[in-house]
Amino acid sequence: MARAVTPRRKLINTLVAWAIGLLIFFPILWIIVLSFKSEGDAIRTPIKVLTSAWTLDSYAVVQERSDYFKHFSNSVILAVGSTLLGVIVAVPAAWSMAFVPSDRTRGILMWMLSTKMLPAVGVLYPIYLLFIQLGILDTRIGLVMVLMLINLPIIVWMLYTYFREIPGEILEAARMDGASLREEVMYVLTPMAVPGIASTVLLNVILAWNEAFWTLNLTAAKAAPLTAFIASYSSPEGLFYAKLSAASVMAIAPILIMGWFSQKQLVRGLTFGAVK
Amino acid sequence: MGQIQLSKVTKKFGDLTVIPPLDLQIEDGEFVVFVGPSGCGKSTLLRLIAGLEDVSGGQVLIDGQDATMVPPARRGLAMVFQSYALYPHMSVRKNIAFPLRMAKMDQAEQDRRVTQAAEVLNLTDYLERRPGQLSGGQRQRVAIGRAIVREPQAFLFDEPLSNLDAALRVGMRLEISELHKRLATTMIYVTHDQVEAMTMADKIVVLQAGRIEQVGSPLELYRTPRNTFVAGFIGSPKMNLLSGAQAEKHGAHTIGIRPEHLLISTESGEWEGTVGVSEHLGSDTFFHVNCPGFADPLTVRASGEMDLKYKSRVFLTPDPAHLHRFDAQGLRVE
Repeated sequence: MARAVTPRRKLINTLVAWAIGLLIFFPILWIIVLSFKSEGDAIRTPIKVLTSAWTLDSYAVVQERSDYFKHFSNSVILAVGSTLLGVIVAVPAAWSMAFVPSDRTRGILMWMLSTKMLPAVGVLYPIYLLFIQLGILDTRIGLVMVLMLINLPIIVWMLYTYFREIPGEILEAARMDGASLREEVMYVLTPMAVPGIASTVLLNVILAWNEAFWTLNLTAAKAAPLTAFIASYSSPEGLFYAKLSAASVMAIAPILIMGWFSQKQLVRGLTFGAVK
Repeated sequence: MGQIQLSKVTKKFGDLTVIPPLDLQIEDGEFVVFVGPSGCGKSTLLRLIAGLEDVSGGQVLIDGQDATMVPPARRGLAMVFQSYALYPHMSVRKNIAFPLRMAKMDQAEQDRRVTQAAEVLNLTDYLERRPGQLSGGQRQRVAIGRAIVREPQAFLFDEPLSNLDAALRVGMRLEISELHKRLATTMIYVTHDQVEAMTMADKIVVLQAGRIEQVGSPLELYRTPRNTFVAGFIGSPKMNLLSGAQAEKHGAHTIGIRPEHLLISTESGEWEGTVGVSEHLGSDTFFHVNCPGFADPLTVRASGEMDLKYKSRVFLTPDPAHLHRFDAQGLRVE
């Protein structure tokens, strides 16, 4: 039975929820506000910030000084490229773990997850050296590989969870119907797992887009994505709040919009299997 | 051709032996039913024949060829699953055509076969629908359609009717029997429902704990059950099994008498008892009669409507021609 909620109670709940929501959103809101102010106005007291004139100057300067579209396209290539590559590797891996598990499957999955608990900086030195040796420092291909590898455990785990929800009998039916392993995965498993694969892709695009440790450390100019673009405006000397804010807004806007439109899919994906 | 032979087939899951060495011969065109209580290994046996499970020992021969190591796709067998196992993202047409598409058959032939199967199974109007939009019975027919288009050597059915409601189950049972008559292809059918086994089978294989208890035609099993397990499993309601003084009187450790072979009378008879629960089916009436000195109440069938009050006194007389006798090991004594 549903709990009875009085109108007063409901009002209080609503107000509290909004207050918490605004509190969480406030930093982003403030960045957006600051991005439309001049440098001088951006560092004044909050009241004066809000009442001062609005301007697009910061955006113009940012675009003029650093090539936004180059960084944007790098971000897209890195995020989408690493995710797709990850999915291609992870589908067969998750298939085998979900449908032909061995005694060690659980252990392998935990081991994969444990790599996510390793501080990234711990392997920075060897990876940096490897990149130099291979001549892939500041290249998109190098970063795609690294981002793919760091997100692979999550992709495999998510796909594994979805695949486990697919009744094994359907795959057995495909096998009886004469499908080879490749056909079984291509024509039966993958189409059935589309909702799961879609939310995996979405989440990993977001994770890869926001990844700032490797993208900052392994790039200089050529392969630098939007994270590097923002970072270039955080300087130890001088206060460029307005420009930094404008750069941040430009960097997070695409992923924020994408997340907004796909939130239903994402929530479904993240809670998949939680109920049944 | 669809002759299947199991030779010393065993199956182990780890240390657990599910199927001890087992031999079975299934002739071409036969309708064979594997029946037994849940966990008796009947589904495992079917999956071994299908190739979905690897045997731990022994051989599976299909038409005389050793198929033990042949993958399921190349055994020429079609399977219908309990859960239907349809491809939810494909239309009925694509579901049925899937095995043909996997066999790289040309499109015209695919269409011809799908159309034909749809006609046979009354699915013509539903070809463009998705499985999710169909009722349980229709889904089961799609699953059967997917099996028949391949024109397999043999059909394997794994409890195909247990997800359907009772009325539909009877209808589908007839449809499958009719399909067997028309196609004359070997069918192996797994069920825990002895009524399905009795009504459909040419040959019933009764299994318990992975062992074959008896193989025979439905009436052979009904008339001459080889042991008390088969005696109690085949027939509905169950055979009454009595041991102790009553059995010794007939020179056996256990005697069995079916409800339909007990004569009920209010005046005289061999055993005296009182009526417990009565079940009125219209065509028959079943009485559960408590007789003093008997461990369990006896089930008695009376033809047609018969009204006896609760606790009223009745007499029962077993028909000596249909009395089954078993020894201390539970084996039949002739």
